[in-house]
Amino acid sequence: MAARKSERLLNLLITLLVARSYVTKERIREVVEQYRDSTDDAFEKMFERDKEELRSLGVPLEVGHLDRAFEDEPGYRIERSAFELPEIDLTPEEAAVVGLAARVWQHAGLASATSTALVKLKAAGVDVDRTALDVVQPQISVAEPCFGAFWDATVTRTPVRFDYRPAAATEPAQRHLQPWGVVSYRGRWYVVGLDTDRDAERMFRLSRVTGPVLASGRPGSFEVPEGTNVHALARSLAPDRPSRTARLRVRPGAALGLRRHAQFSDGDPAADGWDLLEVPFARADAMADEVLGYGADVVVEEPPELRELVVDRLRAAAGARP
Amino acid sequence: MSGARDQVARLLALVPYIQARSDVSLEQAAKDFGVRPAQIVKDLNVLWFCGLPGLGMGDLIDVDMEALEGEGVIRVSNVDYLSRPLRLGSSEASALIVALRTLREGGDESVRPVVDRVLGKLEAAAGEAASLAAQVEVQLSPDEAELGRLRKELAAAAQERRAVRIDYYVPARDESTERTVDPLRVVTAEGHAYLDAWCRLAEDQRLFRLDRINRAEVLDETFRPHRDVRPRDLAHGLFQPSPDDTLVTLLLEPGARWVAEYYPVESAEEAGEDRLRVRLLVGDPGWLTRLMLRLGGAARVEGPAHLADQVRRAATAALEAYRPRSGE
Repeated sequence: MAARKSERLLNLLITLLVARSYVTKERIREVVEQYRDSTDDAFEKMFERDKEELRSLGVPLEVGHLDRAFEDEPGYRIERSAFELPEIDLTPEEAAVVGLAARVWQHAGLASATSTALVKLKAAGVDVDRTALDVVQPQISVAEPCFGAFWDATVTRTPVRFDYRPAAATEPAQRHLQPWGVVSYRGRWYVVGLDTDRDAERMFRLSRVTGPVLASGRPGSFEVPEGTNVHALARSLAPDRPSRTARLRVRPGAALGLRRHAQFSDGDPAADGWDLLEVPFARADAMADEVLGYGADVVVEEPPELRELVVDRLRAAAGARP
Repeated sequence: MSGARDQVARLLALVPYIQARSDVSLEQAAKDFGVRPAQIVKDLNVLWFCGLPGLGMGDLIDVDMEALEGEGVIRVSNVDYLSRPLRLGSSEASALIVALRTLREGGDESVRPVVDRVLGKLEAAAGEAASLAAQVEVQLSPDEAELGRLRKELAAAAQERRAVRIDYYVPARDESTERTVDPLRVVTAEGHAYLDAWCRLAEDQRLFRLDRINRAEVLDETFRPHRDVRPRDLAHGLFQPSPDDTLVTLLLEPGARWVAEYYPVESAEEAGEDRLRVRLLVGDPGWLTRLMLRLGGAARVEGPAHLADQVRRAATAALEAYRPRSGE
């Protein structure tokens, strides 16, 4: 029953929090009622699970020895200074800003983490009023379903594996990564870290991760190299930094999405009434995806590599028989 | 999922929360913790059986049940040792710090100095837990500042029931149209902000993605409440099947198997040689055509035949443009 278990967990926590030094397992069993009334086996199992539950809440449960000279009797304690949130004193105006911050994340998991932080601040005596300020509020949007998994893996420093496809018609391949950080750039989310298959720093776009993100090692089993600047690293690895330019013929009034990124557009003198666009791009296969979405309204002039890629896919789509 | 774990987490905040305030109403506590009052009462009942180790009754936490049942006021005593909440975890501290930084970058300039002060205090209080925040970098998209203003403007228009004229880009048809809408509310779903509105052009309820609104002008004209229109329930995602949808069967080559994970499919079965056969509901045939052209030979429409034809025709028409032009 949940209530009984809550009582047990809380009593265990209080016992360890108020103790002046390490408390032995034997002593713990004596003072916590439900442990006392259990068989040896049941107690061992319960105690192991309970320690893990408390740790998963962020309770700093330490193991140590009562006496350094006799290392045969381990004990447990919760150091108050590591357990308690230090004093934090916010003015009403500052508290109102914290209330605004609670609405920034548009992602269930992160919104919930922010709410928990807010509840703790309220418990520390801060009165958070969410309605006090009338200002423009930015939001952090997350459309990628795998974001939560990469965030958790980053927080817990857990190596992961996942399938990744660089473009629509490319077969996904499994990758292994030590995630160092998550980065949002132009509304898209990326994860940066050490690609252990290639033994090199890499950046992955989350929308191109297919299927689940799975742990491929234990939490805490890698360190982010000291001095790593995730922001600078992301900039240097940015896979989507456009380095080439496509010359496209576009039907008038069409392909507004492409026109937004175009560096140059003009009427095409060679083709009656069509427009000529120059659009920067990074990867030919990803650019082909975009161009193909406009069907007959966009024609690739250059570079030849992109042109061939588009023609190949169109031929395949035109020739397919049901 | 552990109910006990959540309950203990809440109690570790609830106990100092009550002690930091002189008289807390049950209602206010429930609101601040985002749970029902009945849950807070259950939580307090757990406290009743907790206290300092040992057997003395006087060492148990005291909850004033009379005050709770009578005036709906929470009072606890004999629990000085739990007067501070638990430290912030890395995920909590980082989520809040990143949110504050975003507020600093994308919000009004007037709040910046306040945000800076909060960040300073929070980073000091969170200690090591705040270090993860350095590993998260949110660069707001260039139009986020503008979107923030638009969100505020449209929400106010919905509140005041004033009609809005918008210039809206529809990618599925690759065109922009001007229309007048009655704004109902601004919602966020699947990573984008939307305006839920009654569209006078379509004479129906529509969702408009804010980043596709090229221009919005709030008109002086007000509208009467749409009593028959309910706010959309977005709990199950944006794209809810409609009776007009067509059930389409696709055969996916290995390179296109990701489609089954990326879009909601009705069914998926192995089709040999690592291929996958999926059925999905398609509302807009134009969307299907664009997807199929992008996938090239990695997928094909097995049925219905008229959609397979449509894809082939679109591909053939597009190929035309790549033939050598006459005279060359």
